[in-house]
Amino acid sequence: MMTAVKLSTRDSAVAAAAPEIDLEAQIAEAARFVRRHTIAAIYRATSGHPGGALSCADLLACLFGAELNVWPTAANDRFRDRFVLSKGHACPALYAIGAYHGFCDKADALNLRKLGSPFQGHPHVRDLPWVETSTGSLGQGFSGALGMAMGMKLQKINARAYALLGDGELQEGEVWEAAMCAAHHKLDNLCAIIDYNKLQSDATNDAIMRLEPLADKWRAFGWTVFEIDGHNIPEILSTLHLAASTHERPSVLIAHTVKGKGVPYMEGSPAWHGSVKLTREQSVDALVALGADQHEIKELLDV
Amino acid sequence: MSDNNAPALIGTSGDSLREAFGKALTNLADEFPKLVVLDADVAGGTGVHHFRKAHPEKFIQFGIAEQNMVAAAGGLAAVGMLPVVTGFAVFLSRAFEQTRLSIAYCRRNAKIVASHPGLDVGPDGGSAQALEDIAAFRAIPGMTVISPADPKEMELATRAMLEFEGPVYMRTGRSAAKRLFGDDHKFEIGKGQIVRDGSDVTLVACGVEVARALEAAELLETDGIDARVVNMATIKPIDAKLLKQCAAETGCMVTAEDHNIHGGLGSAVAEAVTQTHPCPIEFVGLNDTFGSSGEPDELAAHYGITAPFIAEAARRAIARKGSLQ
Ligand SMILES: Cc1ncc(C[n+]2csc(CCOP(=O)(O)OP(=O)(O)O)c2C)c(N)n1
Ligand SMILES: [Mg+2]
Repeated sequence: MMTAVKLSTRDSAVAAAAPEIDLEAQIAEAARFVRRHTIAAIYRATSGHPGGALSCADLLACLFGAELNVWPTAANDRFRDRFVLSKGHACPALYAIGAYHGFCDKADALNLRKLGSPFQGHPHVRDLPWVETSTGSLGQGFSGALGMAMGMKLQKINARAYALLGDGELQEGEVWEAAMCAAHHKLDNLCAIIDYNKLQSDATNDAIMRLEPLADKWRAFGWTVFEIDGHNIPEILSTLHLAASTHERPSVLIAHTVKGKGVPYMEGSPAWHGSVKLTREQSVDALVALGADQHEIKELLDV
Repeated sequence: MSDNNAPALIGTSGDSLREAFGKALTNLADEFPKLVVLDADVAGGTGVHHFRKAHPEKFIQFGIAEQNMVAAAGGLAAVGMLPVVTGFAVFLSRAFEQTRLSIAYCRRNAKIVASHPGLDVGPDGGSAQALEDIAAFRAIPGMTVISPADPKEMELATRAMLEFEGPVYMRTGRSAAKRLFGDDHKFEIGKGQIVRDGSDVTLVACGVEVARALEAAELLETDGIDARVVNMATIKPIDAKLLKQCAAETGCMVTAEDHNIHGGLGSAVAEAVTQTHPCPIEFVGLNDTFGSSGEPDELAAHYGITAPFIAEAARRAIARKGSLQ
């Protein structure tokens, strides 16, 4: 369907020369993989945060599928883009997209939250270098990405730093310290993406601590703001492309999403945020909803 | 014991440790091409205004936002820069968790240099006097913690810190520091140094307390007590070998620090010797209390960390010798 989407903002020549591929369908497939893998990993771990992992699956699939200039064979390339999962608790989705693109083994990445496994409950850069930095304490990953953007500019490295934040995470003061700092230093190579699923740990953002008017806040802090549907793949791709062309201003994508997206009984419910112990039945239901067949379900869930 | 390893001690009053740090950093900039200095609107206080003037392109202003500054330092290090975060010790403590996760847990080659520690801050008062930073940062796995004693040592420690690969927390100081060491002084991370030899008791000190411990040793000498003084500029990793040797040779110890006695140098010394070389130890420092306004020397006397208190603690330690059998 989609043919005009660029593979990467800085590789347009390569993209133009590439054979016609259905990028949108490929990314949708990657996102489905991420969701299934996330459910299976959390089922096997007997704990984890499914809601916020499912809500950002399409964003991650777009980033790794078409935007980020990162490759498993050049994971240490100093000219690579940097992606930081600032909402570190959603890491089953990061591990899954990494596995999908060959940064780690798919079966290994199901071994989540287990003693000796590098796939910890929150990403750790010393266990998995490709996660770029350790996160789990909300707010810090965003500052880390800012430091990376700054350091790359200082070294004249023409690459971008991306941070994916939760909406609840925006209640951390550090986020606004970083927002002010990035605009002041004109870090146009920094892109924040907000998984705006309207829910946090205990309840809705509105019930815990109101965020609106959110786009106005970012604009007032000097950012170029894009508001998008965080499950609409062509819209995500084209907006990431637009964001990469802003000059002298950092950019933020406020991506409206549904927490638990893809698993009907989880969608829009705070009950599936964290400390979730999925039963076999719940996991099977989720995988069926995500289009998995019996063979796949057995392969994913049988330990 | 022979005196041959002790460095020559010189003169009195000189630069503050923060001035010495700021100047040393400025002079070293060209040797460390990846060096960047991070500030949160206190450059004039931390001494890095010298650096800003000489190397504006390597100086990054973060505004009054220490948490973002420290976590961003982790990001800067991640892409190959050598960030030195500077600030006042109390305010850098609010970025403790950023230090823990974004610097130490990630094992980033980033440095944190804190000025204005302890009672040495003086008139700004209790809110401004960090008396728990050594304890806090020492508790972070993989963190190196340094507190140099005089301007010369600060200069050497600044270089050593930049050459060292890994996270470092270093204390400077606000007030004029006594010059203790000459140009032949040596500094090595992880090594304590006997700066005055003696056989009756070992006084272990760091930072501004080294000068006071030396003064205490002179007071003790008039009583015929032969005190050894160890400058323990690296609090972590502590020089356990030297401490065990001192415990064995002098049979008792006194620790002295401009810091709460809970968790600081004294605790580190006790941890190092108790298992294999238990001996009486007396702890000189703040006795689990905050400071208050006053001049540094007045405060030191008021809270009991001046030379007479160290000397008195030494007498108590000596009196307790043999009591652990
Ligand atoms: C600094 C910090 N405080 C608290 C937590 C505990 N915590 C983990 S996830 C979460 C809710 C996050 O909500 P949001 O950012 O909206 O994430 P999402 O909805 O995308 O899962 C909280 C409070 C944390 N990880 N870090
Ligand atoms: Mg949320």
